[in-house]
Amino acid sequence: MSSAFQIVVCGSLVPDPLQTLEPVTGPTGPALKNEMMLPAVLDPWASHALYEAANLAKKAPGSKVWLVSLGPKAKLQQVMMTVAQKAPFELVALDGPASGFTDAFETAAALADAISAIPGLDKSKLLVFGGWESASRGAGVTMQVIGERLGIVDQFQGVDELTPNPDGSFQVLERIEGGRHQISRCAGAPAVLGWATGNLPEPKNNPQVGMVNMRTVMPALQKAKPVKVGAEGVTYASVTLPKQQRETRLVKDASPDDIAREIVEWIRQ
Amino acid sequence: METIFCLLHTDTDGSLPKAALETLGAAKSLNAALAGSTLVVGLVGVDVQSAANRVASCGAKKFVGAAGADFAQARYATDAAAAEALCRSVLATVVIAPATSRWSRVLPGVAQRFNGRADTHVTGLAVSGSAVAINRWYYRQRMEAQMSRTQRPWFLLVDPGSQPAWQGEAGVAAVEAVAVNLPEACQRTTVTGLREPAADAQTIRPDANLLFVTGAGWTKKQADGQTHVPEAEKLIRDFLNLTRASLGSSKSLVDLGGEGQAVLAFLTHLNQIGQTGSTPRHPKGLSTCCHGEEPHTVGWRFISERRAISLDPNCGWARGKADVLYVADAFAVMKRVNELLAQKAG
Ligand SMILES: Cc1cc2nc3c(=O)[nH]c(=O)nc-3n(C[C@H](O)[C@H](O)[C@H](O)COP(=O)(O)OP(=O)(O)OC[C@H]3O[C@@H](n4cnc5c(N)ncnc54)[C@H](O)[C@@H]3O)c2cc1C
Repeated sequence: MSSAFQIVVCGSLVPDPLQTLEPVTGPTGPALKNEMMLPAVLDPWASHALYEAANLAKKAPGSKVWLVSLGPKAKLQQVMMTVAQKAPFELVALDGPASGFTDAFETAAALADAISAIPGLDKSKLLVFGGWESASRGAGVTMQVIGERLGIVDQFQGVDELTPNPDGSFQVLERIEGGRHQISRCAGAPAVLGWATGNLPEPKNNPQVGMVNMRTVMPALQKAKPVKVGAEGVTYASVTLPKQQRETRLVKDASPDDIAREIVEWIRQ
Repeated sequence: METIFCLLHTDTDGSLPKAALETLGAAKSLNAALAGSTLVVGLVGVDVQSAANRVASCGAKKFVGAAGADFAQARYATDAAAAEALCRSVLATVVIAPATSRWSRVLPGVAQRFNGRADTHVTGLAVSGSAVAINRWYYRQRMEAQMSRTQRPWFLLVDPGSQPAWQGEAGVAAVEAVAVNLPEACQRTTVTGLREPAADAQTIRPDANLLFVTGAGWTKKQADGQTHVPEAEKLIRDFLNLTRASLGSSKSLVDLGGEGQAVLAFLTHLNQIGQTGSTPRHPKGLSTCCHGEEPHTVGWRFISERRAISLDPNCGWARGKADVLYVADAFAVMKRVNELLAQKAG
């Protein structure tokens, strides 16, 4: 049996990746066109962190999972309707912008404060999980800053696997260059882990888990503290869509032989 | 007056990774463009002298180094301590470092120790007015911003492959050694090794000319109503052997493995390109049996020439995402491609 962990997963919401995004200039700087109307999902890599947290908590009896989420309250509520059915957790909600153009340091400060304020949190058991990058800012900065603010210097990024040992220590696999993983052994909590895809498929929706979660999700949303996060000190000179549109040449009705010849020639150029 | 601090780490063999020379090139250009700035180079590794010698002629005002066995492993606690000590010693205001996995893990945390800021995935550096400005992408390469900041020190992690490498003569550099305080708490983590596929199974090749992407179509029922997974596997393997291309995949195809379906044995999530995968840089990319949906193609942002083979003339590639779309059966085309490549090789 492994020792118990207190796992805090940091994850916000992002626009559904299937949506077309367009930058506009808002009152406080760059924003997305129709941002509040875009359907949102839990940030994908943070979702993996949540699934891994739930799985680890199952393996280490006595463990507990929190999800700390900073986003516009109304949108958080929408996203929680599905997320709450995926894995057992207690929500800590912060009401504020989830825009990619807010500064990771300001977001991290708000999240670290929220984590510190969780009643009964025992740092010697604390694992702070999150995605190694968001799908909005895409920076890979927030988790490290949270760690520093909480005084945690065992940090891992691009994590695909955590294997707990009976003595509370654990092994971590982190993505590094060239399709390889670095293997580390950490003496135990506290630690920060920014997850990549991990090894678990997305759990099926479980309405029973959803019902239990909802008992705490709704009150957490109701008492979500408004937080002010922006991008102080940053000037955005421009935000533009790439000139990506290519003139696609469509090759139809050509024989495999002709196509193959053309491709081989192109590869060899 | 900015102190531009180019912060590098050595590879395990003491050499500098290519990304380090690219970052140095960017730091040097910025130094040249920014009136009154100074360039300092910092190095972390077991032994940094030969790396310093390699870049001795870069024009840095000085070289500082944190060296020793503690820096053999890429570990947050010790790397952060080294980077912090070096930045303090030179009073860095703009820290420019390569976005290797090692520095990406650490430098945003180090910025926090200074109450500074860090921006990552930097793809361009320039001087705008009299201030440093950078380019980076938001929403997974969907939009590009140019921005600047007032906070200092400002840590910039430069994306590998985005800048030309510095080229210059080696020489002899005088490296000022900086002591790093490493309390016992820095040793709680030990890097015990690497997990990597056997050399012949290594399909991710960042330096390859060509990215070869496989999509879920390879495992779908074909015109004869059957799947042909073993055949697909052989075609893909043969192509990789003949071209030494890097293998990428759509999410749908790598996810099939987790769902227990028959899949291509050599594919993992590390091969996945896109929104929740990687965004590699290669001069050319060839997509096969993949639909070219936006969450996939955002991972192609830095692939210059793009071609695709799909049965569907209305797939995403047709809508301005590829230069050429071959509407054809990839099984038939790739079989012939491999034959032609083998003939030419033989
Ligand atoms: C949160 C989120 C994150 C995501 N992240 C990613 C990501 O990182 N990367 C990613 O790839 N996707 C991602 N997706 C999924 C993405 O939206 C698509 O579902 C996925 O890319 C589709 O994969 P595919 O094109 O291989 O498969 P399909 O859509 O099934 O397309 C298969 C294609 O193969 C063609 N085909 C079949 N047989 C042949 C043949 N013999 N010859 C030629 N063509 C043939 C078909 O015509 C079809 O076009 C994400 C989705 C979400 C919601």
